[in-house]
Amino acid sequence: MPNSPIRDKINPMEQRSPTLRNLAWLWFAIAVAVLVVGFREAIFLVPSDAAQGDVGRIFYYHVPIAMWSLLFPYLNFAASLAYLYWRNRDPLKALTADAFALASAEVAVVYTSITLITGSIWGRAAWGIWWAWDARLTSLLLLWLLYVSYLMLRRFSSTGQTQTLAAVLSVFAAVDVPIVYMSIRWWRTQHPAPVFFGGPDAGMDKSMLPAFVWNIIGWGIWGIFILLFRFALERRRQIADQDAALQAIEASLEIPQ
Amino acid sequence: MKPLLQYASHVLNHLRKDLRLEWRSRDAINGMLFFALLVVVVFGLAFDPTGYPTTTRQISGGILWVALLFASITALNQSWARELRNQVLEAQRMAPSPASALFLGKAIANMLFVLVVEAILAPIFIVFFNLQALGNIWLLAVILPLGTWALVVNGTFFAALGLRARNRELLLPLLLLPISLPALLAMVQATTGVLTGDLDPIQINTWIKQLAGYDIIFTTICILLFETVLNAE
Repeated sequence: MPNSPIRDKINPMEQRSPTLRNLAWLWFAIAVAVLVVGFREAIFLVPSDAAQGDVGRIFYYHVPIAMWSLLFPYLNFAASLAYLYWRNRDPLKALTADAFALASAEVAVVYTSITLITGSIWGRAAWGIWWAWDARLTSLLLLWLLYVSYLMLRRFSSTGQTQTLAAVLSVFAAVDVPIVYMSIRWWRTQHPAPVFFGGPDAGMDKSMLPAFVWNIIGWGIWGIFILLFRFALERRRQIADQDAALQAIEASLEIPQ
Repeated sequence: MKPLLQYASHVLNHLRKDLRLEWRSRDAINGMLFFALLVVVVFGLAFDPTGYPTTTRQISGGILWVALLFASITALNQSWARELRNQVLEAQRMAPSPASALFLGKAIANMLFVLVVEAILAPIFIVFFNLQALGNIWLLAVILPLGTWALVVNGTFFAALGLRARNRELLLPLLLLPISLPALLAMVQATTGVLTGDLDPIQINTWIKQLAGYDIIFTTICILLFETVLNAE
């Protein structure tokens, strides 16, 4: 096993490279800094919305997070395909792909949850209702359900099979996402319902742009940070598992290695 | 041509096996039938068809499909149970026939069981809910099989996914429902459109086409990925 830390006598739970650790801290600091600037812009600096007043400021959180939440399912799909491809060809690469798939699914669920919750709060404050079955909300809810079911499968399946089964489910979910989007949109054009959040062309005044841009960049950097952090965590768990298995095998051998 | 005929004969063998096993015990069909009947009665009490006839007609499409959905889930869960006894699953893995033939045979068998339940349930449903379809009722002969296949094909696949899972029975609805929601929307909208006569034939046809598209896409994916799932260890 070329990468096994056991051979190098290094504790696998420690970060093996200080460069990566410093980079991670730097990235974290950048994320926090951008988000702080974004907070100041969104809450204090940009003018409040003419129609909604200060309630509308949640827009600068809700929309960037909603936009980023649409990215992570694709990352999960790509990683799952990579896992299925490498599964029998290069198991170590497959394991890495699987760790990335798990991390991106979790971040997808987190970001989608935040979108749903902030959207709900905003809806209640601005329009008086917590929820509506319009096209956008329903599609996002279904996306959330799909990736929660992915995480459920990972939790419930038996250990040897988890990765393959989860990768297969990820393919199903990824194929389902455009189908969900199109069918729900057709459903709602058939029975038009009020369009919330002002519709796709809701104008945003130029003066509001800084808050939006800072927040979209900030939440993107943060999303990448937690994705890679979770990925690293999962990789360490996998390596620890592998080493434990190796130790068990070596302990069972009669000839000392 | 010959490989296709061979494949079809494998599917047929698997289908015959499942039908024969089911005929001997008739567990799944009896269970499904009674369960669907009970769900219809519960919904009858919950929504009072006699008191609110117009509303009932508008929601009856949804009620029918929800009843069938839950009934199918109870049957799908134990459709793979036969393969677990006596290490039959290992034998299936070692068999030279393609794994997807096993899957298709079982999916078609499940489809037949649910269709039998539907055939018996539909008249009861019409009676309990006092339904007179205001649209073209022959469209239901297209909608019901397409919708059932959407549920059964994904359901059979996900039931196989959960074979070695702990809490196997719980896992199937958790996986099946999110994936099936667009198909469920299409089948309920199409059925309600036929029953209430509120939708144009063009709109109903669009829902039917969406349902057919969903069926084709997911049948293909299930066939392609079943081998991976069977050999997932």
